[in-house]
Amino acid sequence: MSLNRRDFLKIMGGTSAALAFPGVMIQGCKKALENASARTNVIWLEGLSCSGCSVSLLNKLNPDIVSVITEHISLNYQGVIMGGTGNAATQVLEEAVKKQRKDFVLLVEGAIPTKGDIFCTIGENEKTGKGVGVREWVEELGKNAVAIVSVGTCSSYGGIPAAKNRINGENQTGAISVQELFKGRKNVLNIPGCPPHPDWMVGTLLHVLLKGMPKLDEYNRPVMYYGKTVHENCERLYYYKRGIFAKEWGEKGCLYELGCLGMDTGCDIPVRKWNNGANSCTDCGSGCIGCTESVFPEFGKRGIYERLHADNKKAGNLVRVAAKKGLGGVING
Amino acid sequence: MASQKVLIDPLTRIEGHLSIEMDVQDGKVVDARCRGDMYRGYESILQGRNPVDAQQIVMRICGVCPVSHGQASSRCLDDAFKIKPTKNGRLLRNLILGANFLQSHILHFYHLAALDYVDITAILQYKGSDAGMVRIRDWVNNELKVKKGRVDELTAAGPFLPRYEGKDFYIKNTDINIDAIAGYVKALDIRQKAHQMVAAFGGRAPHPISMVPGGVTTEPTRERIKNYKSNLKEVEEFVNEVYAGHVIAVAKAFPEYFKLGRYDSFMSYGLFDKDEDRKNFMFEQGLVSGGKLEKLDTSKIREQVRYARYRSGSNLHPLKGETVGDPDKSGAYTWVKAPRYDDRPMEVGPLARIVVALNSGNKDVKRELNAMLKNFNAEVPAALSALGRHASRVIECKLIAKQCYEWLDELDSGKTRNSYDIPEEGEGEGLIEAPRGALGHWIVIKNRQIANYQAIVPTTWFCSPRDDKGGRGPVEQALIGTPISDPNNPIEGARVVRSFDPCLACAIHVVEGDREIGKFRVC
Repeated sequence: MSLNRRDFLKIMGGTSAALAFPGVMIQGCKKALENASARTNVIWLEGLSCSGCSVSLLNKLNPDIVSVITEHISLNYQGVIMGGTGNAATQVLEEAVKKQRKDFVLLVEGAIPTKGDIFCTIGENEKTGKGVGVREWVEELGKNAVAIVSVGTCSSYGGIPAAKNRINGENQTGAISVQELFKGRKNVLNIPGCPPHPDWMVGTLLHVLLKGMPKLDEYNRPVMYYGKTVHENCERLYYYKRGIFAKEWGEKGCLYELGCLGMDTGCDIPVRKWNNGANSCTDCGSGCIGCTESVFPEFGKRGIYERLHADNKKAGNLVRVAAKKGLGGVING
Repeated sequence: MASQKVLIDPLTRIEGHLSIEMDVQDGKVVDARCRGDMYRGYESILQGRNPVDAQQIVMRICGVCPVSHGQASSRCLDDAFKIKPTKNGRLLRNLILGANFLQSHILHFYHLAALDYVDITAILQYKGSDAGMVRIRDWVNNELKVKKGRVDELTAAGPFLPRYEGKDFYIKNTDINIDAIAGYVKALDIRQKAHQMVAAFGGRAPHPISMVPGGVTTEPTRERIKNYKSNLKEVEEFVNEVYAGHVIAVAKAFPEYFKLGRYDSFMSYGLFDKDEDRKNFMFEQGLVSGGKLEKLDTSKIREQVRYARYRSGSNLHPLKGETVGDPDKSGAYTWVKAPRYDDRPMEVGPLARIVVALNSGNKDVKRELNAMLKNFNAEVPAALSALGRHASRVIECKLIAKQCYEWLDELDSGKTRNSYDIPEEGEGEGLIEAPRGALGHWIVIKNRQIANYQAIVPTTWFCSPRDDKGGRGPVEQALIGTPISDPNNPIEGARVVRSFDPCLACAIHVVEGDREIGKFRVC
């Protein structure tokens, strides 16, 4: 197939990709897709997840999800939409392990339980009659995968399944991220977000397939999507710069006083927007909840919502602190 | 003849991890066990947190119906904080929820259920000139050619193949198949548009961000209303002109499913508030058991755990509920608890809502149901079946799409939310309907923190295991009598279970892992 610069930018998800990719690389991508005898295989496994990343993937536009599946990748296994069920489904995974296939990228949605495979199983072992843990599938398939891509905050950092009970400090399943499971492996990258934007998923995946690993930040996220904070991209930055702060959720003004985590959170949603431009977290008046960050949903002792009403004095101090830290914010800064 | 164990593990095309174990004798299911295969421990994770964090966290129970979880939680907090939503808040909640119902029902029929009926390989016979269809045909041809003899041959035309194969498994008429495949593709775009409607007022989808106690944060600007309405129009047209026709076509090809997957006890918490007091609903609240209508009294709800892997107490009301896992509990076969209403299992979901509404004298529902059944010269009892569930979703979509326009018109310039304070102590109950059925959240607040949070989700009701007295859950019961023509390809069981639209993310079954990979039960 042919892929011109415009098409490639569309695939990579528009504006910020245009900034992130030098022209030379785009030429390289064009060649790579033309030469591909078939689309690269992708195996998508779900661990401790809510399937929200899968559903978000279905919202892909420009190109739409049908084009992604039929033109850009070959989706071997995807539990939410695949035709096969029961053994008709697991035979795909089983064969990939048995034949030691090395021709696929492994995508993992959801965290991995470590206090027992019992907490998440896919298929049954014929000999023992017991379920096969998702940990085992991920480890076995991960051995030979071209790359391992964590889709969503649960697989990237543990997310909600790894959150602790705040009374006894316990986590019942011992959930961990995929990068923890593959400690030391170089080809593991994260596309966090709860959910991740479909552009981030498809754009990153195609980058891996066509050009290898994209430039990553210290949290193993592609810089092209997570390199700037929500605050830097924010529709409400105008208000912040003029010191206009909302006193209630939904009001006009910067939402910082209400505990918006945009200063601490890397992602381009205020520019990219959700659902074909329908809205964004900051635009809808709720503020950022920091879902692309490794500390979501804990944020230390803070939790997601720190304050419920604006406290002018306190907010003023925080803004000054944040300004001092060069917009690094209270979590990462 | 001894019965044979037939296993569907994993049941794909649902949300979450579920497997079904059936005992088959003389080609029919004689017993069944529903097993949830994932446990995350949400109830434990919530303890000690800011109550307002709950609504964001619990949305992540499920990525297909986060709106329902978010709103159940918002209501639960409304109740505990002793506040009500504003009028705009109520309307915006309805508009967000309604949009997600449209999204979820369309997704369920086309992308989750239809591949059990429609022969997708029929695309190879496509002779038309639609560019999209030609592209898909050429793609399948190319996949089959390129991957032939390769190490990844099995995955040609994935994720649609491989699948269960057997004689008479799929619709034979090529035109119907091709039309349904075109519907599948179109539905991907339509459900995405319904998600744009969710995002217009919800901020994003899935996991909308704007739902809070007292209402929503999003101002219904003219631009957002316009955006919502233009998408609504397209979705409504699709529901009335395409979706309804495809459900009827599947039902005509597989009429035996009016006799399969049957159940007879139904419960609905009531769907779409007509007022801020939550007294009147677009789809009524209540129970129908043995054809008799009853009033809902949530104090009669209990969760039983004899066959579920918990060491916590059994037969507890959710406000007193406990969730302490016990992976090794003997006799237990799932981590899904067994909720019972007044000691009885209940089916929840679209069919339950339609049956309760019908028995409550809902004229719109009666009219639509009769119109639907007329296609098959069938009477109301035929609807209490696997096909009846699919038909119920169409009926809901038609009525909801129509109602969304009226809610848009009712929006005014008033506040979208009421403010609140978190009390030192409090209790709350939040009831709502998810696309898959009755959803309840319960919270106990102490020291302005969550002391206890319990959720009983729709799938817990219908994928429930046996209760303390040994009575089967609704899906287990509905499977009895289902013919299984080939134990290696038990598609009939999958059709019955999928008709309920299971959503297993918070349901739980635990089995011990095994290091040997490569050999799997294929029964």
